[in-house]
Amino acid sequence: MVKEIERAGITVVHACSIVPISKTVGANRIVPTIAIPHPFGDPNKSLAEEKILRRELVEKALYALTTAIEKQTVF
Amino acid sequence: MASKIKVIHCLNQFFGGLGGEEQAHVTPRLVEGAKGPGMLMQSIFPEVEIIATLIFGDNYVAQKTDAAVEQVLELLAPHFNDAAKDQQAQLFVAGPAFNAGRYGLACGALCKAVSKRYLIPVVTAMSEQNPAAAEYRRDVYIAATSDDVTGMEQAIGRMVPLGINLLHGEKVLPETDHYIARGQRRNYFSSQSGAERAVDMLLAKISGQPVLSEYAMPVFDRVEPAPAIKDLASARLGLVTSGGIVPRGNPDRIVSANAQNFGTYSLNTLDTLSKETHQTAHGGYDPTCANENPNRVLPLDAIRELEAEGAIGSIHPYYYATVGNATSVANAKQFGESIAKKLLADGVQAVILTST
Repeated sequence: MVKEIERAGITVVHACSIVPISKTVGANRIVPTIAIPHPFGDPNKSLAEEKILRRELVEKALYALTTAIEKQTVF
Repeated sequence: MASKIKVIHCLNQFFGGLGGEEQAHVTPRLVEGAKGPGMLMQSIFPEVEIIATLIFGDNYVAQKTDAAVEQVLELLAPHFNDAAKDQQAQLFVAGPAFNAGRYGLACGALCKAVSKRYLIPVVTAMSEQNPAAAEYRRDVYIAATSDDVTGMEQAIGRMVPLGINLLHGEKVLPETDHYIARGQRRNYFSSQSGAERAVDMLLAKISGQPVLSEYAMPVFDRVEPAPAIKDLASARLGLVTSGGIVPRGNPDRIVSANAQNFGTYSLNTLDTLSKETHQTAHGGYDPTCANENPNRVLPLDAIRELEAEGAIGSIHPYYYATVGNATSVANAKQFGESIAKKLLADGVQAVILTST
């Protein structure tokens, strides 16, 4: 899906838990996330801490979207 | 009777009988004898004896690959070096993993490491569509399988003879031994020079005859990176997920594995996702955390916050969701194309796609 969205000319970031799969399928901007069952969260943290963590990851994804790259890049 | 071939078989928590996604975090462990598909393996191939089964949690190996590999190598040590003859492993067999991405990656990584450390033949099996096939086919012999478990008998029927051939030092070929081509070339003597063969091919091509190249060209389907977004504060952002986040009740009945469709869901009045409004339909991970707080898979709360602060121009009023659990590449490609059209029509310039 990432690849078809990018092929259409839209800048896309893949935020995912298993980076090797993302690399193999051909995503160009990759942001590694926390864990498979909770990529944007951590149930061991308090809700407030978890929210901060989530926001930081989203900010990293936005940074990836605004960064020029020439090849596949893991942020 | 000749002694049996001593095999160590490697399975994930599901096939190893430990449990489903709730056990996907477990660390590798070694148990005596055959489990699950290993029983079938021994009944089809009586010349094989599974002396031990290594069982690991899918998530654990996919996320902590290096640590997991080290633990596995240590667990296996008693079956090498000074092991008693009846406990000495001769062949390492992993899977079959079919089209399961995490399982496939684990099989590939463990096979590669075992072969390197203990110098015995290793073999695994998975679908050519499995992302791990592209990652490991150069390092490991991977028998080609169907996409799902209905092909279990065929997978074992390919994987075990391949392993036995490797153990006996027999020559193997992808065409006859049904493994995924490793990208290696084999030298042979031909009575015709390369120039003659090339001209023959050219003539055949001109006259419309079928031509088979001696050097298969790899198919690279890569997309050039799209340009960076210059000003996110004025850009329109779209949200897509393969993590299966859907409105409660799963109105489009997106199936938990091998998805056949994607859903289009309104974000118009939403600032966050909650267990009252949304859930996951994904069958490939433990849904507890995602159901409790769906923002953990599709982080709408944080995205709305950044939108309100002006960091993001605007958000496309719908999000698109499917289940990326053993979903075929062909289906995913088609979903991606349809979603891209909808996004373009609304002037979306940037997308965050989240996956579990």
